[in-house]
Amino acid sequence: MNYLRIFGLYFRIGAMGEMQYRFNFFVNLFQSILQLGMSIGGLAVIFSYTHSLGGWLPDEVLALVGVYTLVGGLIGLVVYPSMEQFIMSVRDGMLDFVLVKPIDAQLLNSLQSVDIWRLIDMGLGVGVLIVALARLGAQVGLSQAALFIGMLLTGSAIIYSFWTILATLSFWFVRVENILEIFRSMYEAGRWPVSLYPPWLRFILSFIVPVAFVTTVPVEALTGRLSPQTLLLGILLAVILLVVSRLFWKLGLRQYSGASA
Amino acid sequence: MRALAQLYLQQFKTTFASMVQYRASLFIWMIGHVLEPLVYLVVWSAVAEGGGGSAGDYTTAEFAGYFIVLMLVENVSYTWIMYEYDYRIREGLLSPALLRPVHPIHADVAENISSKAITLPFMLVVAAVLAAIFHPVMSPRLWAFAAAVPALVLAFLLRFLLEWTLAQAAFWTTRVSAINQSYFVLVLFLSGQVAPLSLFPHAIQVVAYILPFRWMLGFPVELLLGRLTPTGAVVGLGVQVLWVALAYVLMRLVWRAGIRLYSAVGA
Repeated sequence: MNYLRIFGLYFRIGAMGEMQYRFNFFVNLFQSILQLGMSIGGLAVIFSYTHSLGGWLPDEVLALVGVYTLVGGLIGLVVYPSMEQFIMSVRDGMLDFVLVKPIDAQLLNSLQSVDIWRLIDMGLGVGVLIVALARLGAQVGLSQAALFIGMLLTGSAIIYSFWTILATLSFWFVRVENILEIFRSMYEAGRWPVSLYPPWLRFILSFIVPVAFVTTVPVEALTGRLSPQTLLLGILLAVILLVVSRLFWKLGLRQYSGASA
Repeated sequence: MRALAQLYLQQFKTTFASMVQYRASLFIWMIGHVLEPLVYLVVWSAVAEGGGGSAGDYTTAEFAGYFIVLMLVENVSYTWIMYEYDYRIREGLLSPALLRPVHPIHADVAENISSKAITLPFMLVVAAVLAAIFHPVMSPRLWAFAAAVPALVLAFLLRFLLEWTLAQAAFWTTRVSAINQSYFVLVLFLSGQVAPLSLFPHAIQVVAYILPFRWMLGFPVELLLGRLTPTGAVVGLGVQVLWVALAYVLMRLVWRAGIRLYSAVGA
């Protein structure tokens, strides 16, 4: 609970910082809408040449874009800016100040910066998802909705752990801010149903760069395609990655020797 | 001129050393540059498969050729300057660059080229592997290859000048990420990264032909694939020259205005 309060605090700091620049709201709104518009435009172009993609109907892929935008917004809201600050702090030694605080350093590092404008993306993502579901005429029962939320949380845990592992690399390599940009293009792969990819690529996208569990699997849960195996595999992967990222973080922390201090 | 050549040589040496030092980040950077075209290759292959072996004027194998060549051209023309500039201005790192008796863009160009010199061999290997997997079909012509050389140089110059100029936005605002993101979305869509532009509706094609994005990516790719007529190639090169000239003037103006605002934070 304490951590939730701390997150709330950082959220408020982030919001207060941004409120000084009200013009930014419009810039970010423009960016979010542009991004979503291009996503949907891309879909429109693709589906003008085909009826289904990897066995998915247009509206199902639209639902996928909704989840993609929603989770992308969540990553942009707190994971991305926090990791960015963390990587920077390893480089210039500011991490010292995080380490001396009486709170778990990994958690603090994961929450320390909030980009409130990404809430726009999350809202748009939910909107697209609702439109897609309405168009599908899908009967989303309580169990499916619960499964969807469960898989969304599982996916978020997976992507968070993956991020932590990547960012932790900065203890060894120092200059890894590239990773942040690269992740964008990796995440891009999650915009499409994984069933589309050849087996070897599907494997990579499920277990090495695990975006499949973040976007495809929750939509599968929602449209009733989810197999019990995938469900278990997702939960298993989330648990394993959470543990591994924790261990990796501890290992990396031992490498840290400060920078300027 | 000779001084400039010497400067470049020296820059190559230092950035080469630093790139080798930070090879891990270079490697990660490369993964992203492979993954993105690969995703769209797979998407469009699936579309073509479903449509009886082709979509628009591309067959499955031609899509493979398109995206593999795109990956290589992207490796020639991409820059990361927009990410770095913001940091540079915020932290006051621009100050030492300003003390030098040459325009700071030269150091950035040299850094960019030397990083690509390191990644290119790897990208060629990746391209060969992808070619073995996806069996691309291309119909390259000798004259088109010759014309592709200036087209690639112009594409590189255009993209570099444009993104370097856009990076100067950091002089005016400390929040450049929204600008960068919007720019990259436009590039993604209108340069031919998402799909060959000939597959788009006519109206969007017209827009893409007017805007600079196609000329830094899609045009050299189509040229290398042998999909353009000689007239199309000449006109394209002309448009590229026009855009480079425009971007150069813009870069000069923006830089002159921006540098006045620079107050060397943190120095």
